[in-house]
Amino acid sequence: MSDVIRLHFDVAGDNLTEAGAAAGSVKKVLHQLGVDPAVIRRVAVAMYEGEINMVIHADGGTADVEITPEYIKVVLTDSGPGIKDIDLAMTAGYSTATKRVREMGFGAGMGLPNMRSYSDEMNITSEVGVGTTVEILIYTGKDRSPVNMAAEA
Amino acid sequence: MVLSQVKEILNAQVIAGEQFIGCEVCTACGSDLMSDVLAFVKEQGILLTGLVNAQVVRTAEMMDIKVIVFVRGKVPNDEMVRMAIQKEMVLMSTGFPMYIACGKLYNAGLIPGE
Ligand SMILES: Nc1ncnc2c1ncn2[C@@H]1O[C@H](COP(=O)(O)OP(=O)(O)OP(=O)(O)O)[C@@H](O)[C@H]1O
Ligand SMILES: [Mg+2]
Repeated sequence: MSDVIRLHFDVAGDNLTEAGAAAGSVKKVLHQLGVDPAVIRRVAVAMYEGEINMVIHADGGTADVEITPEYIKVVLTDSGPGIKDIDLAMTAGYSTATKRVREMGFGAGMGLPNMRSYSDEMNITSEVGVGTTVEILIYTGKDRSPVNMAAEA
Repeated sequence: MVLSQVKEILNAQVIAGEQFIGCEVCTACGSDLMSDVLAFVKEQGILLTGLVNAQVVRTAEMMDIKVIVFVRGKVPNDEMVRMAIQKEMVLMSTGFPMYIACGKLYNAGLIPGE
């Protein structure tokens, strides 16, 4: 029990300067814990994409991170508009991002597919008008999921 | 390739991280689409971009990219410089447009980071 670290972050909506600060903090903590840099990068990118999504699509939310010796779990929760068709949202290239967001270098519809490919397990639950929760699980090394190992081979 | 050579080839101005100018880089990628950088870049070398906002620095941070070159004379704002210094990154600005800046580095032996 004692080697579980839990971190909580509030992610402000409509602040594209601060977006990514939570992922940056987690990255620093994982680095201090001596986690494999390749694993850190996967966690950082997946969480960053999730954070950006909450900022640009959902007026902010919260990020809860659980770090154990075996895995890192990130749960991103927002009370935004929700996602009507999750399969469609997961399709590479699908995006409802505004022109302003696109001008900032985002909105290619790559975030969710990217989060999936960087994580070992990903789960999205969403209800229109209520909000969205995205859960990402990444194993720290020795316990890589068989699915992912097969994909890498 | 040593960063000082990158600076010379691109006739660039170093805006942050001058103390790292002796560091070695092997790869580079050019993109204005941060989504693509996050999805496809594999090696952590230089990011060349024409995009100027804080998320360029954040994207580099997440990808462990330590060097950002802004093309076509673009210069990062104070907030970006502050973030880069804190994250021990190097920021440079070159007058060359993207295509030429990438071409010059490619010719000089930097390989794609994808
Ligand atoms: N938290 C969220 N709340 C509501 N809708 C979302 C949320 N996250 C994603 N979406 C919807 O799913 C679509 C696809 O998301 P994805 O992250 O793949 O692409 P994007 O954010 O539009 O662009 P990119 O991630 O490449 O910058 C979004 O355009 C948006 O319609
Ligand atoms: Mg996205």
